[in-house]
This record gives sequence, C-alpha cells and structure tokens, in this order.
Amino acid sequence: MNSSDPLLRLRSVSIRFGGLTAVSGVDFEIASREMVGLIGPNGAGKTTVFNLITGVYQPTEGEIEFCGQSLIGLKPNALTRLGIARTFQNIRLFPSLSVFDNVRAAMQVRNPHGMLSALWRGKSFYSGENAVEKSVMELLSIFHLERMRSDAATSLPYGAQRRLEIVRALATQPRLLLLDEPAAGMNPAEKEELKELIRFIHEKFEIGILLVEHDMDVVMGVCERIVVLEYGKMIADGSPEEIRDHPAVIEAYLGNEDEDDWNEEVANA
Amino acid sequence: MTEACGSILGYTGQFSLGHAGFMSVGGYTAAKLTLVTVALIPASFHPIAFMIACLLGGLAAAVAGLIVGIPSLRLRGDYLAIVTLGAGEIIRVIWQNTEAVGGASGLSGIPKSTTLGWTFAFAVLTIYVVLCLVNSTYGRGFIAVADDELAADAMGINPVRYKVTAFVVGAFFAGIAGALYAHHKQTIVPTGFDWLKSVDIVVMVILGGMGRTPGVIVAAILLTWLPEQLRVIADYRMIVYALLIILLMILRPQGLFTFKTRKGASVS
Repeated sequence: MNSSDPLLRLRSVSIRFGGLTAVSGVDFEIASREMVGLIGPNGAGKTTVFNLITGVYQPTEGEIEFCGQSLIGLKPNALTRLGIARTFQNIRLFPSLSVFDNVRAAMQVRNPHGMLSALWRGKSFYSGENAVEKSVMELLSIFHLERMRSDAATSLPYGAQRRLEIVRALATQPRLLLLDEPAAGMNPAEKEELKELIRFIHEKFEIGILLVEHDMDVVMGVCERIVVLEYGKMIADGSPEEIRDHPAVIEAYLGNEDEDDWNEEVANA
Repeated sequence: MTEACGSILGYTGQFSLGHAGFMSVGGYTAAKLTLVTVALIPASFHPIAFMIACLLGGLAAAVAGLIVGIPSLRLRGDYLAIVTLGAGEIIRVIWQNTEAVGGASGLSGIPKSTTLGWTFAFAVLTIYVVLCLVNSTYGRGFIAVADDELAADAMGINPVRYKVTAFVVGAFFAGIAGALYAHHKQTIVPTGFDWLKSVDIVVMVILGGMGRTPGVIVAAILLTWLPEQLRVIADYRMIVYALLIILLMILRPQGLFTFKTRKGASVS
C-alpha cells in the first residue's frame, strides 16, 4: 500500500442491468479513518453502490480500488480478507449459532487453523482456539453482549442484533467498515444509541466507515463527509453543512416547491 | 450400520441424493482390491489389506465426490438434490456396464472381512471426525454457510470451498460405508445402490435432525433395526418413510431427537 493511496477509491463507476443504468460515473474516495455517509432518495442507487463495493455486483465500467489495489473481479469473501467488512440492511445473523459462535465464525478469516489442524488437535490448534475465544469475549464485552453469549443470536432484541452484526463484522478485523442502513427500523432512542456506537467504533478501532443511510438525523450527526446520489448520479460531495445548504440536494429530496419540509428535517438533525 | 456418515449432510445443509453412488464407488473399489489381492498375500495380512482397501474405497469415493461436487454445488436445494440423484444413478449405470466388475451381476465371493469390531471402529472414526470438524472455529464456517451463504461470504468464508469440502468428506465416509457393506454381504450388485438407498440415508438424517450428530446416529440405528423387525410389511417401507417424514415435518421440524443445542462458550 502506497501511503498516498486512499482507503477506498471509486473512479467513474457505472453499472447497467440490461438497458437500465443503475449507477453512472460515481467518483469518490474515503481516506483511512474517515467517516463518510452515502445518502440519496429512494431508488437513487445507494444499495447498488454498496453492492459494488462489497463485490456482490461487478461494475460495467470504472475502477474500484482498496488501498491502491483493484477490487474488480473479487468475490465478497476475498474482499473481507483484504479488510472490508459489512453489515446487512435486513440483519443476517447465523440463526442456528449462538451469539458467541456468530462472532467466532467470522474470526476464522484471521485464524490460520484449517481442517487438518481441527482433526489433529495439536498444541497450536488449542492455543489458536484459545486466542480466538479470548478475542471474541473481548469484543463481546466491549459491546456489552458478553452476558448473552450463549443465547441464540436471533433471540436477542432488535438493537442488540444490530450491535451483534456490527461486532461480527469487526471480528474480521477490517480497515473499512460498510454499514448498510443500520438505523432502519429503529426508534429515536435506539438511533441515539446507534450514533454513539458508530462514533465509538470509529474512535476505538481507528477504521474508515462508510454509512449508507436513509435517516438524515443519523448521517448528519456522525459523518465527517457526505456523498449524495440521485438517479444513480452523484450530485454532491461535502461536509454536512455544505450538504445541508446544497440546492441540488434540497431539490433531489423535496423538489422545488416545498423546501419547508427539508428545512424542518435538517433543523431537527 | 455405519450410515451415520450421513450426518455430514446436515452441517452444510446440502441436500444430496447421491450418497448411494458414493457408497458404491467405495464398495466396488474395496471389493475389487481385496479380490485381486486375496490370493497374493498371506492370510495373516488380510485384515491390514482390508483396512487399506476400505480407506482406498473411501478415497475413491471422495474423488468421485469432488468431481460431482465442484460443478453441482453451485446449485441449491431441489436442483442440487436432482443433480446428485442423477450423478448417483450415472455411477450405478457405469457399474452395470463395466464387465471388469461383473456388469449387472456384480461382484461376488468377496471375503467376509467386515466384523462388528471394524464397523464399530470406522463408526467411531466417522463420529470423531465430524465432531472434531464441527467443534472448531473452522467448523463453525460449515454451519455459517448452511445458515446464510451470503452473510458467510461477507464474513470472509468461501462458501463454495466449504460446501465442496463437506461434500467430499461425506463422500469419503459413504465410500468407507460401502466398502464395509461389500465385505459384509460378500456380494455387491449395482441395483443394491439405487437411489432408494440414498433416500434411506436422507431419511436418517432428517429423522435425526439436520446437523445433529447424536440424533442421526440414533436414527441410523433405529432405521436399520426397524425394517428387520417389520419384515412382514417390508413392501410398504417407502410409504411408511413418507408418512414418517410428513409427520415429523409437522410435529418436530427440528428433528426427532434434539439434544442440548450447541453452547457458545465451550471450545471442546
């Protein structure tokens, strides 16, 4: 990695599904340890961009680089090994595993012990397993989940499931964390907690975060920089203050006629 | 008896109907090996030769599993079941048309080397391997893939590799089971490995509970023992199976025998 390379760089990325251009010419960068928000009205292509970065889709045109390395053609699991972790908009924990094992399953990316080692069960296997167990417990206690470690993951309350999904992503030791609409379905109190949580992760783990989010309050509250999409095109890229007053953004969200709603929404933020 | 190997099935949630095919690969390989070598080596070495033949039978089945598994594991659910069913039938037809292994009349005169001891030893080996694999950080990957492939992929787990691995391990033990079967019956014919045999194995796994080793073992023993006791209604076995599965799906979708679910904190 060249020190001048950003953590993530998208260069004129486009994707077409048949005749439909879902995303065209998207250009932005995320510096290491930067917290960036990606917003846009419904159907603007936020999730498509997210899926392009995580390897679910491959771009039709353009280049995506992580620390200077091209991500084109790599599968999601290869991206995770490089240091990109993600969460899902609709929580996808492993339902038949406990809280502990959900995190443990994600640890194996950084665990060198494979099948033969699990069968032979030598000393290094046990020390490896102990190390995994220790780091799982550390992570769980940081996020106040250690008391629920034996519970089925899907039996947790909604907010705790969201938290666990983030913990599971962090267990792969990423340098970039992608959060897909983490505030979806949360009440105002939970949203406040989520904002705290995201800020905390950003400081504690010193990683870059890309937050794809619908909720203006959350994005305005935590992000250092915001990228706005509309109809698959980037219409703005700037600080929360700049975005707040950006005429194109206001128009995209509310059309020209009633700016009042927008002002009301950002005033609450 | 050792069809507890079917438990492999449960852990990655792959529905395979081809295990009879892999059993036959193991059975034929091992039987041919012992038939060729039985005259060449002194009698005192026969048990060792038998063991090696069993392991080679397993390996041959594993190779067959790899060949079938790599292309077909891109499919899921019903499609995978049909492809593996087809693969199992293809293997059977190959035996039927290969004169070197007796064609339709099969191989006979195989030494009766399978003893309770051997069967038990291989059953223990199977259970040990399955438990060791699953009770490790690595093994949690299999369950993760079975639960949610997309999420597992995003956690850095390569789903294709895990599924093929599980499939090959399953085929290996099916091969060993086939070798034991051949040396127990002393004769094998291609029709002994038709898809109904695979259905037997799948029924055991479903009855025992997907991905629950102790349950599958109990179910395997039960389903081997029951038909023996109910010879009189043997012709209706498949109807009974169908009814059993339907009843089970309604009453106990998690399997007949559920023991304590896997606890997180214990790394055994």
